[in-house]
Amino acid sequence: MNKIIKYVITDILRNKIVLIYTVFLLAASFSVFSLEDNSSKGLLSLLNIILIVVPLVSIIFSTIYMYNSAEFIELLVSQPLKRNTIWLSLFTGLASSLSIAFLIGAGIPVLIYQANLVGFTMILTGVLLSIIFAAIAFLATVQTRDKAKGIGAAIMLWLYFSLLFDGLVLFILFQFADYPMENAMIGLSALNPIDLSRILILLQLDVSAMMGYTGAVFKDFFGASNGLIFSFFVLLSWIVIPVWYSTLKFNSKDL
Amino acid sequence: MIQLKNISKHFGKLKALDGVTTICEKSECIALIGPNGCGKTTLIKTILGMVVPDSGSITFNGENILKHWQYRDQIGYMPQMGRYPDNMTIGQVLGMMKDIRGKSEGLDEDLIKAFSVQNLLNKRMGTLSGGTIQKVSAALAFLFNPSVLILDEPTAGLDPVASELFKEKILAEKDKGKLVLITSHILSDLDDLVTRIIYMQEGKLVFHKSIEELRQDTGEERLVKSIAQVMISNYE
Repeated sequence: MNKIIKYVITDILRNKIVLIYTVFLLAASFSVFSLEDNSSKGLLSLLNIILIVVPLVSIIFSTIYMYNSAEFIELLVSQPLKRNTIWLSLFTGLASSLSIAFLIGAGIPVLIYQANLVGFTMILTGVLLSIIFAAIAFLATVQTRDKAKGIGAAIMLWLYFSLLFDGLVLFILFQFADYPMENAMIGLSALNPIDLSRILILLQLDVSAMMGYTGAVFKDFFGASNGLIFSFFVLLSWIVIPVWYSTLKFNSKDL
Repeated sequence: MIQLKNISKHFGKLKALDGVTTICEKSECIALIGPNGCGKTTLIKTILGMVVPDSGSITFNGENILKHWQYRDQIGYMPQMGRYPDNMTIGQVLGMMKDIRGKSEGLDEDLIKAFSVQNLLNKRMGTLSGGTIQKVSAALAFLFNPSVLILDEPTAGLDPVASELFKEKILAEKDKGKLVLITSHILSDLDDLVTRIIYMQEGKLVFHKSIEELRQDTGEERLVKSIAQVMISNYE
């Protein structure tokens, strides 16, 4: 298993896109922090960039990488290797290279300017988001052989998680405005890893007061250690479930 | 050595394999022949476990291959169109395969030498021509001294010199007691190689005969002519 991971990582790190991604994150982080005099304001701006860019790059890059590796996967399948091993190694390789890129690109600046709990939460959620969207990309690639369809699906999924989902939540909120929705909102937020990450970081930034009564309920829930553990497990299951399901699918896939 | 029992496979509405039953023994060089899209490659891929059949069973040395992977250690496979990670050099690909197979001794490097692949070790896979990639695929298939060789359209992209060297290598391996499975449309290449013929059409196995039987049945001396006769009589 380690052998394949090693080859995937060296292959990806040689790819210029990941390098550009790292440099972009570095440039964005440093410029955001040096533009704002208050570094926690900088963190807030960086949060918005990260929540858009990290899922987008992770899901698109992973999807395209998997389609480009189709023949390579075929080659590996014809070798004395377990299919589980191949799939999980590819996933580990991709997820860890994207995480490394994020750690270098955004992790270092955050540690320089904001080496506190908020900064650490942000780095952790960024890494988790990189892995989650790689996992979702694996789900998309195992479902269809058609490259155009697969990449289209990946873009739609990204759109859904970063834009459409919020619209849906707003719609539901307005429709049920007369009912107490605060607890249901917590449940809803678990359905979107990007929202969950945003809430987690915002709550630690003390701007939750701006979110009104819902913000208070969130603070009550996510601020407590149980809430933190809950959200951590939800984020983890966003990794485990897609990876598990795609492995299952890959095991019986015709190549 | 390899036993197929009633293998069927559908791709959507298309019946790629339809109740294929046959036995392949060692020391044979078996040609899989048939018109385009008759299921040759699918059959090869089911043996390799790359395609999972809908029904039927395949045994390799008496063991069912379903959910098994160790048996592939004894198979050298040369795909129709080998493609490798563009960023890797030939040397790295060879190194990686040795790493995956966990073998670094007792390797059969005849083809690497014959094709002068060692002079190209620093070339990236993405820059290679189709023929050179075929040479790398061929060298990889033979590298680990497997007891079964599965070659899918092996001579299609090779130049005449390489093609001759390759055929000599196949004959030598067959004489060592290995099983060689070849698909090819270039029948003249197969003429002095193969000992048995499997003829397939529309996913069905039409016949599995030794080459002498085929010659007797069709009354033709050359494989090209006898197969042409079979093909025309079956063509719709």
